[in-house]
Amino acid sequence: MKRSFLAVFLVAALLACLLCGCREATNSGNGTSDGTTLSSGQRAENNEIIVGIAQDLDDCLDPNLSTAAGTREVMFNVFEGLVKPDSTGDYVCAVASDYDVTDGGLTYVFTLRDNVVFHNGETCTPEDILSSFQICADTTVNSTVAAALSVVADMVIQDGTFTITLQEPNPDFLSIIANVYILPEGYENQATAPVGTGPFRFVSRSIQENIVLERNEAYYGQCAYLSKVTYKIYEDANALFTALNSGALDLVAHLTSDQVDNLSNGYQVLEGTMNLVQAMYLNHNVKPFDDVRVRQALCYAVDVDAMLDLTADGHGTKLGSSMYPAFTKYFEASLADRYPHDVEKAKTLLAEAGYPDGFSFTITVPSNYTPHVNTAIVLAEQLKAVGINAGIQQVDWNTWVSEVYGGRDFEATVVGFDASTLNAGSLLARWVSNNGKNMINFNNPEYDAAFAAARGALNDEEQTAQYKKCLEILSETAANVYLQDLADFVAINPRLEGFKFYPLYVMDMSLVRYTQS
Amino acid sequence: MKTILKKLIALIITLFMVSVLAFLAFQIIPGDPTTKMLGTEATPDAIAALRSELGLDRPVMTRYFDWLGSFLSGDMGISYSYRTPVGEMIAQKLPVTALLTLLSFLFTVGLSIPLGTLAGSVRSKLLDRCITVTDQILMSVPPFFLGILACYLCGIVLKLFTPGGYVSLENDFWGCVGYLVFPALSIAIPRAAMTVKMLRSSIYKELRQDYVRTAQSRGAGRWSILFRHVLKNALIPVITFLAVSMAEILTGSIIVEQVFTVPGIGRLLLASIGSRDFPVVQAIVVLLATWIVVVNYLADLLNLLVDPRIRRK
Repeated sequence: MKRSFLAVFLVAALLACLLCGCREATNSGNGTSDGTTLSSGQRAENNEIIVGIAQDLDDCLDPNLSTAAGTREVMFNVFEGLVKPDSTGDYVCAVASDYDVTDGGLTYVFTLRDNVVFHNGETCTPEDILSSFQICADTTVNSTVAAALSVVADMVIQDGTFTITLQEPNPDFLSIIANVYILPEGYENQATAPVGTGPFRFVSRSIQENIVLERNEAYYGQCAYLSKVTYKIYEDANALFTALNSGALDLVAHLTSDQVDNLSNGYQVLEGTMNLVQAMYLNHNVKPFDDVRVRQALCYAVDVDAMLDLTADGHGTKLGSSMYPAFTKYFEASLADRYPHDVEKAKTLLAEAGYPDGFSFTITVPSNYTPHVNTAIVLAEQLKAVGINAGIQQVDWNTWVSEVYGGRDFEATVVGFDASTLNAGSLLARWVSNNGKNMINFNNPEYDAAFAAARGALNDEEQTAQYKKCLEILSETAANVYLQDLADFVAINPRLEGFKFYPLYVMDMSLVRYTQS
Repeated sequence: MKTILKKLIALIITLFMVSVLAFLAFQIIPGDPTTKMLGTEATPDAIAALRSELGLDRPVMTRYFDWLGSFLSGDMGISYSYRTPVGEMIAQKLPVTALLTLLSFLFTVGLSIPLGTLAGSVRSKLLDRCITVTDQILMSVPPFFLGILACYLCGIVLKLFTPGGYVSLENDFWGCVGYLVFPALSIAIPRAAMTVKMLRSSIYKELRQDYVRTAQSRGAGRWSILFRHVLKNALIPVITFLAVSMAEILTGSIIVEQVFTVPGIGRLLLASIGSRDFPVVQAIVVLLATWIVVVNYLADLLNLLVDPRIRRK
């Protein structure tokens, strides 16, 4: 009796010790995590913010070599070209103080500022500009930029001006200039310790943890308001949301409508769009998608409104072609209504094409993009009504890029395409029949001609007309089942103001500031 | 001496084989680092250019021996994704995983020795049953499942910590330790359960040895016999087992790091496999293998050291 009492006592003592240990540890965890990640008030006092991002920047930081949209989104604050895009989609002067286009669009003359200083303290000289263009032309992985720079006839530096002469006019050339980032000549560590001229300078990156930017005090223009921006990486969506809801983060973009509904900390929520063309892309080299009637039938069979209701509480903008609304000049809302939901019509078209009983196919979706996966699931369900049986295959992103995108080995896929530069061409070039990125094998001579005409157009009006014609062709031939531009929700600390949505996938931190109160 | 040398040679051969296998695995699985690096800019021309820049167009054997040569001279290469030296990346992530492994080990030892001693020496049938059953259950639960349970129960229901809200080690050492308590426990509990079982049967056996009876007849108390004589002998097999556990705890932490989103070596390894970041994967795999092989080797040596009987054999 006595012995078993002793045993029980020992167990109890041990458990007590353990629990104490745990409690102490967690207390210190909670207590001090506020100390390091600073409370909201302390952050305001230090004039710094913490931004939550959902993916690691597992990319090269050299702007010519980085490819991920997430990297561009952050590094937009660090690098600049001679001009840069603003939130309205126009180009404004950056490293150049002025520019002029002459010679029927063949010559671009940029007046250089003499007070531009790189983040490493060196002054930006005309030689840096010239070398930046050469390095970009030699190394950039952005094929649109590389192609445009390959037709540059001459580049001259003279009396504080930089002149570029083109072999043929390119109305989109300004958007290319914005993608040629001005970097110090001979600086070798861009990949790990990037140096640019932007309103923020790169401080550090900790893999899978964070990336830190600080205000560039020597900025030639209006200095950024915030002195420090820390991007904290939360690859777990729930953890990101918990941190946001607890007030540990000041700004999180790309939230879903569900998350926004559950947010309970009084943060203001702004709604924009993701600037993506989400569609069910169809491989035209695979039967039965080579038949325009089948593709049109799919468009009629799909109910985009119902899909939006189910996946995003009705948020999102319907698209009818490869263009999203941020491009106000080209976007035609009416194209979205070309194929209203009509099951009977879809069935008729299928019967005409020789598939009265429907058919089966597979939708391949990159599993890391939950919105696309959810969309695919809804579409597969909707297609059942017309007798089409769609299976869903989820693959990892790398497999998607190599097999679906690169290998064009797929039947259908749901993804979103964005524009790497602010011109319609970067969204439309890929559907030209011989384009290396034409993953759906779209082959339409009329489209090719219209696109070539747009590229060669001498004035903006003519170009816009041709681009619109391209969009019309894509819609008419039901090149893909065009769906939506996804809604993009940003939750932001109510003490902050100035956040602006861009028509590009970037977050401009130089405009964000604490309210004066 | 001869045995030690023999084992050392076996160790080197094992590591060599591991590095070859890790290399070959990447030849078999689909996907290419260049597609991830180029993303949607991945046109056939661009891929070919990048492959030749990275040297991926060279024959497999050339690449392997190049890699082996530089690895042996201490150069682990440059990560494809991050374009950062692999050595630096690993150095950045190693402290986190090391801390997690150490904590797990401390929990394993701290839980198993007292509980095992208790289990081995109790005379109450009921308590013995309880311990055996609980032990058996805990032993068979994989760490990642315990991790998920801990996230749910301790994190979401009891709010003892924020799942996924890892506190950076450099900024806040104790905050980080506080967060790592839960992953460490998830790894430690099954290991501890195994150790308890082992210690229990070891003590049980020792208690029936002649020297125990001798001590009893001399009038020594029960606890004095247990702690002065029995435990000393009973711990010998357990010490070797715990040493080997060091290796398994590290590999266990790779999985548990995913569950708790702890940015350590394990997360880096999995992310690198996803992006086919070959230099990083290769370096981590070889380092992990080295750790496991070396720990096993040291465990053997330790065995020789603590138990003179083995040496004599």
